Amino acid sequence: MTDRVPVETRRQRWMAILARAPAEGLMTLLNEAGGAPEYTVLRGPEGGLVMVRGRAGGGGAPFNLGEMTVTRCTVRLDSGLVGHAYVAGREPRRAELAALVDALMQDPERAETVEARVIAPLEACQAARRTERAGKAASTRVQFFAMQTMRT
Amino acid sequence: MAYVAVKGGEQAIDAAHAWLAEERRGDTSSPALSVAQIQDQLGRSVDRVMAEGSLYDRQLAALAIKQAQGDLIEAAFLLRAYRTTLPRFAHSKPVETAAMTIERRISAIFKDLPGGQVLGPTYDYTHRLLDFGLLEDEAPPSGALTAEADAAAMPRVPDILGQEGLLEPDLASDREPGDLTREPLSFPAERDVRLQALARGDEGFVLGMGYSTQRGYGSSHPFAGEIRMGEVSVEIEPAELGFAIDIGDLVLTECQMVTRFKGSKTVPPQFTRGYGLVFGFGERKAMAMALVDRAMRAEELGEDVTAPAQDVEFVLYHSDNIEATGFVEHLKLPHYVDFQSELQNVRRMRAEAEA
Repeated sequence: MTDRVPVETRRQRWMAILARAPAEGLMTLLNEAGGAPEYTVLRGPEGGLVMVRGRAGGGGAPFNLGEMTVTRCTVRLDSGLVGHAYVAGREPRRAELAALVDALMQDPERAETVEARVIAPLEACQAARRTERAGKAASTRVQFFAMQTMRT
Repeated sequence: MAYVAVKGGEQAIDAAHAWLAEERRGDTSSPALSVAQIQDQLGRSVDRVMAEGSLYDRQLAALAIKQAQGDLIEAAFLLRAYRTTLPRFAHSKPVETAAMTIERRISAIFKDLPGGQVLGPTYDYTHRLLDFGLLEDEAPPSGALTAEADAAAMPRVPDILGQEGLLEPDLASDREPGDLTREPLSFPAERDVRLQALARGDEGFVLGMGYSTQRGYGSSHPFAGEIRMGEVSVEIEPAELGFAIDIGDLVLTECQMVTRFKGSKTVPPQFTRGYGLVFGFGERKAMAMALVDRAMRAEELGEDVTAPAQDVEFVLYHSDNIEATGFVEHLKLPHYVDFQSELQNVRRMRAEAEA
């Protein structure tokens, strides 16, 4: 099934997961998935800004809301595969590891293991956090009780 | 110039800063406050500093708060100064607030809206009595948060009311929005620039302006159509990739104010809208922003511009607390020569008056 999903879409999925992964957890998982291969850092990791945009009214013309800090990094494996990362915040190590795993996920020989040992656990962890917060939000949903009307 | 350069005072300045550092640390018998503690436990201060500093970075905002001894305008100033040292990589695609992971969502106009009223971690319904338990580091109560997560759809209220055609629609546009960090404010200021200025404007100023519209200065009879707070993901499209990637989440608060509009020559009677969107959990600011946004649309909607909040120049020239503090506080700088000349003037005038 995964073969039918365009590579771009699959890459968007793992990059989104990597963008939210803590450096320490990523390193630990990567070590369990065969460790880091030799690689060269082509760019960064370097800090910068992204201007975040909203839309007037939520759906109208775009406007500039304010900036956020972002760290980016590009690495090249000795095999020639290039990995990119742009992650929110100012953690060089996190961006470098995310770029490295992005490159590994493009390697047909490593992808399956890295998906199973790194991406999938991170995804589950991120989903669990979202579910926990969604549960808390659901606890605060107002249940209205119908009032009996006096005019019968 | 209103002031002249003076020499001297270096030692006094060094000593003043040394004392400041000592005062900032406070009594060394109590543990130092960590940046992580500020980030986690003073979240609303962090949110406000990020909004007014116009830079989303919780850790940096917490650091700025620590460095500024909790002076939030000084902290926002520190963030604004910091951002000038960084290159801008990209701008994001407009965030999709309709797809927000909802932590709070209420509507004051529809009780039974799809998705329901979700209160979230709110101060509403608290009694505003000091909680002396917090003096003793009491653990928060547990047990009330038991519900299972559900996947209830949370359509935005404008999308619900809009179906009847009674609410003005959003007019999509791909026009490149103005950017106050690149071009100085100029007039007439379009709505994109007004919203950017309000989003980073001083909460107190925007609140006061919004309040003035409720009290009759440009009255617009607003209703809180919807307030929502939660995480949205941010996407950029780096040139080297050629497709959009998700770079992480931000907490945002959005407010849709709904206002009855009697119609104009070209537009039938309907509800018009004011919009508020701010970094972090900043409901008061988002609501006030939406009120002022609507007030500043007076001219566009053919209403008389009579009140301060409807005066775009007045609002935008005075909403930024970094600019305001700079100009107000510059009065502390030496004005010795200016004042000497003023003194001579007044002496002469007095002599003439007494002659």
